[in-house]
Amino acid sequence: MQSVGIQLEGVSKTYPNGHVAVRPIDLTAAPGEFLVLVGPSGCGKSTLLRLIAGLETPSSGRIVIGGVDVTTAPAQERDLAMVFQSYALYPHMTVRDNLAYGLKVRGVSHSVTRERVARVADALGITTMLDRRPAQLSGGERQRVALGRAMVREPKAFLFDEPLSNLDPSLRAHARAELRHLHQRLGATMIHVTHDQEEAMTLSGRIAVMREGRVEQVAAPLEIYNTPVNTFVAQFMGAPSMNLLPARLLGLNAPEGSLVGIRPHDVLLESSGAIEAAVEMVEPRGHDYLVHLRLVAPNAPSLVASAPAAPIERRVFLQFPRERLHLFAPDGRRVIEDHLRRNALQ
Amino acid sequence: MTRTAGVIAGGLLLAALLYPIYRMIAASMAPDPSVFAVPLLPTAFSFEHYRALFDERDFLVPIRNSLIVAAATTALAIPVAGACAYALARLRMRGRGLILSMILAVSMFPQISIVGPLYLLLRELHLLNTYPGLVLPYLTFSTPLAVWLLTAFFRQLPRDLEEAAMIDGASRLRAAWDVVLPLAAPGIASAAILTFLYCWNEFLFALSFTLGPERYTVPVSIMLFRSRYQIPWGEVLAATVVASIPVVILVLTCQRRIVAGLSAGASKG
Repeated sequence: MQSVGIQLEGVSKTYPNGHVAVRPIDLTAAPGEFLVLVGPSGCGKSTLLRLIAGLETPSSGRIVIGGVDVTTAPAQERDLAMVFQSYALYPHMTVRDNLAYGLKVRGVSHSVTRERVARVADALGITTMLDRRPAQLSGGERQRVALGRAMVREPKAFLFDEPLSNLDPSLRAHARAELRHLHQRLGATMIHVTHDQEEAMTLSGRIAVMREGRVEQVAAPLEIYNTPVNTFVAQFMGAPSMNLLPARLLGLNAPEGSLVGIRPHDVLLESSGAIEAAVEMVEPRGHDYLVHLRLVAPNAPSLVASAPAAPIERRVFLQFPRERLHLFAPDGRRVIEDHLRRNALQ
Repeated sequence: MTRTAGVIAGGLLLAALLYPIYRMIAASMAPDPSVFAVPLLPTAFSFEHYRALFDERDFLVPIRNSLIVAAATTALAIPVAGACAYALARLRMRGRGLILSMILAVSMFPQISIVGPLYLLLRELHLLNTYPGLVLPYLTFSTPLAVWLLTAFFRQLPRDLEEAAMIDGASRLRAAWDVVLPLAAPGIASAAILTFLYCWNEFLFALSFTLGPERYTVPVSIMLFRSRYQIPWGEVLAATVVASIPVVILVLTCQRRIVAGLSAGASKG
């Protein structure tokens, strides 16, 4: 299977009612890449996927798949496969016919169809279900069939629209691993949409974080986690969310309105120190405790720390390791200028 | 306790609904002088009214006419209405709401207000007392109704399925044929039944646009049984029984299809 790159050049979508779903976006998925679009609901990630699929036409910009401009090409000419959140299995057809439909429409011969359906069904472990209807399958089985329907065509690229969100948590982790495995085996270009930041982190080669129709940051998972470009990305990626505190409160030498971010597991609870906080609630998580704190300071901002042991006292003192702090300018953007950071964090 | 009450209430309702039909059938089979004095459990039976209906009045002709007109209208209205409804339900276009309300408005016209103009029009076209002369006016009423019904039905079908088919490589038309049509079968069957029944029962147009017994439909023919001096109630009742039979057959056979269609589409996939 040859894998192809997908390029979006200034692609935007405004609906006739004036709703702007996607603002002009430049984004490239390299051949064989696993790219995840992640963001809160309504951020335009699904619309972007539908634009790539050809189910919507862009208001501006160009979509290039495998070097061919497909901006105005209808979905059936793009040779992509898509797995829908609802799976969209044809309810009146058996699993076998569901898998074979794409090949039948494209005029692939019966013998080739039979052979490919058998191979994909075997790979996904759904051979025994081939004569059943979608209504007779469990959620996990339907998800596999939907995946099989995408694989059987050997398309240029795969598009996934939250295909794991209807599975229960234990099944979801399993399906996630299968998806990764599938990507490694097929080496195909895959674009995956999710609102689950954890799913994005574990799945992808690269993540594009979206908000309000814009791509805020595109980078590898760890880069996004370690150096978020703004407070939105910082808080959206990682659970529990990064704490944001006024920089002045920590005695940092930064402009008024600057914020400092620190991940919960970087907050150290001590028995003495300069920054005092009251323990409001402790949630045991098994391997550690989530400690909800309120600073003893003007406006009493709250924050969350994860600690290996539950604090005994109602009052604790916090340590913020300097190298773990993220500094954000008043407009929310990450401060990357070295002298400003040094100045503030010394 | 509540279960027993439910059974009793259901039984009473059923009896109330079936009693008039029972009386109609019983009276149609009663010997002539006693049509209106049939005891609850009739003692004497006679098929005299049925014999008269077919031997003397040639009731097969109006039945044939009604079947032809109703079937032709349904066969023409449903494909047109189906295509129209699919477009209204799925394609993005301006003024969709306006078009739908106009369509509904057309089917709400009082029939009597357009009988005159239609009569003149059909006379100009030399279509009075012909099958097309009934089918065309029927289409103007039944198509909008079917469009309205089917639009609502198509809208319920998940869009994902057609989109999946299009990504699988089907054109919109092919996706509609392969995926939408089978899932819409129950809705199409309902619309077809309603259209057929509308034509089967229609009276005013049939009375106005047919001129002789060779084109009378069932309702017109039954109405014209009455003569100046008497109404042959026995034959009227026998005719209504006969006229009900195709309707009952249609509904029963289609009902099975509707139920099958519903269970096939039950999975949201």
